Amino acid sequence: MYAFLFFLNFVLIYTIFAVYAERKISAFIQDRYGPMETGPYGLLQTVADLLKLLQKEDIVPLAADKRIFKVAPLIIFTSVFAGFAVLPLTSDFGGSQIETGIFYLLAIVSLDVIGILMAGWGSNSKYALLGAMRSVAQIISYEIPLGLSVVCVIMVSQSLNLQEIVYQQGIFINAIDPNAQNFLFGIKALGIETTHIGGFLTWNIFRIPFFFLAYLIFFIASLAEANRAPFDIPIAESELVAGFHVEYSGFRWAMIMLSEYGMMLLISFLGAILFWGGWNTPLPNIGSVALADWTSGEPGTIAGHLWGAFWLVSKALLTVGLQIWIRWTYPRLRLDQLMNLSWKYLTPGAIILVLVSALWRLLMI
Amino acid sequence: MPIENIIFYAFLGLTGLSALFILLSKNILYSAFALIATFIGMAGIFVLLGAEFVAITQILVYVGGILILMVFGIMLTNRLSQAKVETEVYNKFFGILISAGLFYILAKAIEMADFANMGWMKNAPSAPSSVQDLGMKIMTDYVLVFEVIGILLLLALIGAVRIAGNTREEGTDAA
Repeated sequence: MYAFLFFLNFVLIYTIFAVYAERKISAFIQDRYGPMETGPYGLLQTVADLLKLLQKEDIVPLAADKRIFKVAPLIIFTSVFAGFAVLPLTSDFGGSQIETGIFYLLAIVSLDVIGILMAGWGSNSKYALLGAMRSVAQIISYEIPLGLSVVCVIMVSQSLNLQEIVYQQGIFINAIDPNAQNFLFGIKALGIETTHIGGFLTWNIFRIPFFFLAYLIFFIASLAEANRAPFDIPIAESELVAGFHVEYSGFRWAMIMLSEYGMMLLISFLGAILFWGGWNTPLPNIGSVALADWTSGEPGTIAGHLWGAFWLVSKALLTVGLQIWIRWTYPRLRLDQLMNLSWKYLTPGAIILVLVSALWRLLMI
Repeated sequence: MPIENIIFYAFLGLTGLSALFILLSKNILYSAFALIATFIGMAGIFVLLGAEFVAITQILVYVGGILILMVFGIMLTNRLSQAKVETEVYNKFFGILISAGLFYILAKAIEMADFANMGWMKNAPSAPSSVQDLGMKIMTDYVLVFEVIGILLLLALIGAVRIAGNTREEGTDAA
């Protein structure tokens, strides 16, 4: 319940500042200032924009399928926000710790396709329909490499529970399994035990070095899932105006934008949890300089909550920053290039990685 | 009333009402969306019965996969041909007769069956099943079924590729 309240408020506040960051970073990349007028350094620009959006008239096109049109933004946001229900924020706080956490997350997030289809079809507009069709084709295609790269992690961690996956990547591994051990690069034969060293050495991305490739696939696919550039062909401004949400205005449009930014955040949280150690500290224990112990509290204590939330939120926000950076750096992919990338490169690559993770798991036990 | 019961009845209502809506609506697209609601309601009931893996598989396979493709198909045919795709009522007499008969048989069977005293109910473990047990069972006791399903899916894939991919001459009208 507390996790629900926390994530709802966090997503709302984060979205306001993510939009601001998006404008400022794009301005920096394009060598201009960005918003400067409202508040110091334009900090209140998105707040003002939000207030304006809330006051706007809720326009429903005359020929639209009104019921479907009106309910679509709600469905998009609900399905994205439902994904937050299983995220562990700290060692002892977070959403539901169901055994099938990651499986649930991938299933429920795929429902936002329904909302996009409803929005595109209900608008009764060619731009919106084309945008929705492209979007759905793209999301369904990229779900496959995304799912397979997640399977790589599941193969190694032998669990679908996100909290358990995070515990395995840090110094508190023995809190869930007293006999568990971590080794350098996960190879037991090397004999260098890192169970109590922790830090970045036990993160999945370092524990299994080729997971960097898996993360690359995960990251590319997650950009496509969130309809972000360079995969923003569903909302390509130069050809489709704004894709599936071209007919929306006011509050409903704000909800669609909210879910886009929510999706970015969700997928960043997920990447941090699966590959970058979740709420675990990046600093290792080096001999008597116990950096890992100092920068992470025992599970259940206040220090544990604060450090855990700090590390996980920082990792997620850094990833969001990376997504923004990429959006303003790379040009949009053409539709055929988009499909080629997913089906001819990412999917076969991810299948090979699943095989390699199975073999690597054998080295770990 | 405990909160679980309220949630259970909410899901029950969602399932029942959306199933009724599928029957009564003439608009095929609305029916498809109502079917999504039915499946989500059923997934909720599965969760409350302790079968969360089944529930999530239901959402992933039926709602996230099959139904989205179905809606996609309806939308494409609907908008492109301009003619509205609507359901019509045929064979009212036999339809009502057969469905009433089936309903009678099912209701009678459920009433006569004594579920609580059945062998497989009594022998069922009381602890909720874990994903690990499920995986172990699939890879050991039920591996043959699992493999056969895999082959079936592979056949379906090959069939789909054959139907979709071989209808045009390569090089002549390929873009």
